[in-house]
Amino acid sequence: MSTQTFDAGVQDYQLTYWTPDYTPLDTDLLACFKVIPQEGISREEAAAAVAAESSTGTWTTVWTDLLSDMEYYKGRAYRIEDVPGDKAAFYTFIAYPLDLFEEGSVVNVLTSLVGNVFGFKAIRALRLEDIRFPVAFVKTCNGPPSGIQVERDKLNKYGRPMLGCTIKPKLGLSAKNYGRAVYECLRGGLDLTKDDENINSQPFQRWQDRFEFVANAVDKATIDTGERKGHYLNVTSGDVEQMMKRAEFAKELGQPIIMHDFLTAGFTANTTLAKWCRDNGMLLHIHRAMHAVIDRNPNHGIHFRVLVKCLRLSGGDHLHTGTVVGKLEGDRASTLGFVDLLREDFIAEDRSRGIFFDQDWASMPGIFAVASGGIHVWHMPALLNIFGDDSVLQFGGGTQGHPAGNAAGAAANRVALEACVKARNEGRDLEREGNDILRDAARHSPELAVALDTWKEIKFEFDTVDKLDG
Amino acid sequence: MSNLIKDDYRTRVTMETFSFLPELTADEIYDQIVYIINQGWTPALEHDKPENSADHYWGMWKLPFFGMRDPNLFLNEIEECRQAYPDHLIRVVGYDSYTQCQGHNFVVYRPRGM
Repeated sequence: MSTQTFDAGVQDYQLTYWTPDYTPLDTDLLACFKVIPQEGISREEAAAAVAAESSTGTWTTVWTDLLSDMEYYKGRAYRIEDVPGDKAAFYTFIAYPLDLFEEGSVVNVLTSLVGNVFGFKAIRALRLEDIRFPVAFVKTCNGPPSGIQVERDKLNKYGRPMLGCTIKPKLGLSAKNYGRAVYECLRGGLDLTKDDENINSQPFQRWQDRFEFVANAVDKATIDTGERKGHYLNVTSGDVEQMMKRAEFAKELGQPIIMHDFLTAGFTANTTLAKWCRDNGMLLHIHRAMHAVIDRNPNHGIHFRVLVKCLRLSGGDHLHTGTVVGKLEGDRASTLGFVDLLREDFIAEDRSRGIFFDQDWASMPGIFAVASGGIHVWHMPALLNIFGDDSVLQFGGGTQGHPAGNAAGAAANRVALEACVKARNEGRDLEREGNDILRDAARHSPELAVALDTWKEIKFEFDTVDKLDG
Repeated sequence: MSNLIKDDYRTRVTMETFSFLPELTADEIYDQIVYIINQGWTPALEHDKPENSADHYWGMWKLPFFGMRDPNLFLNEIEECRQAYPDHLIRVVGYDSYTQCQGHNFVVYRPRGM
């Protein structure tokens, strides 16, 4: 028996959507937004507006609200907190019932949580800081095709990070010359090489030609060195049929790994590809072009840690995370926070690393963190210390810029990496003794000695734009 | 160990982790065994003919040494394995039962001529 009556007109959001007494359920999907409201709008009203517009609400009441159990389906703003060091902004925590989202669809979650609400007039700026995906939702997603443990077993890489590099120049090489660059890197000691994200299938280098020459380079380097090798064949393309055609061809060539750009291509394409990779035993490297457009502004957009979580659900075996020490943006504590979100099974709330919720992945495989961009041998001790073993360290210029070429550059990096791993295992302090460790290693490696001379003076010291609050 | 001779880089058959370092001394192997044990991993030994080095599975020397805390006992096992299979490659494995993966894996013995 209903006791509700229809009262047309505009109601304050907070009457329905601000519920400070609510205790979130284990099955609720929780989100933390940073909100800067327009002047004259209270925190409670702004928080409730975000909850409403990202769930069941619209700007006016409608009679059909009464045909539904709104108390069951509505999102609830249940907490408001100050943002350290920013009086204009506040955090609001919102709980969404699980039934608002389609099973296995991060697309549906994002369409709701970062949809219309981000253009909402009552809000001056809005940023999605974190999402707690309940185990009940996690279990409906496929996740990484292989994950860290399976990839290590397949590629026979243990006890150390893997070494990679992006083939340069990133555009303009013929397929055969490109394959040469791949072969040189791999025979010198890299484990993996990578297509640049801009390489798809341009007139100077069509994809079939690249795939065939690169496959030959990978196979020959594998035989020559006795080690397992791979090259991330970029299957990102203008439509999904074409993407799948390229993925199938990579498999036909017997190659172990392909790559995809998850944001420019979109989560639907990515999830489809990840499921195909699981079914076909292919590893999947994920690039993140466009992420800085979405995540760099500290007041508006989506924090990268949310994109990390969405990618883990959608599927990928590697994800770029920034280097902390190289040429690209990245605050150390925050980076370590989302690196944990990529790799660990349970991550506890830790505000000092920007983690707003406990996250339980319920045995979903972990993803290798990829550090790439502007790094060279002198960074090796710090990189190993920051990223640990479950990472791929990619030295593009730092390999191919070696005076004696790619193979010698690759060997220099491999010697440096192994010397650092050995020293760490012996209990030495990598960040304090790093330079000595490298110089010692260079005594038996002229490749490394030359590399140390070549890059000694390079430094990248800019301020991080997106720092953790407080 | 150098492969760079007058600016020419010679490709070399390598065996994954630590292949680009000079051969480890007994003391250096000892330190790596200590590391494996301190991580809570189980040390194990594998060996096989050089021509089989690319295979996933090498022959196993006895069983993994569950519960072994003394690195010297493990060094003795390496020596025993070497005497039993002098023409085989030998590698040390650190089994991590939490990740169900190998936390460490490196070759400690190459037969003469390799």
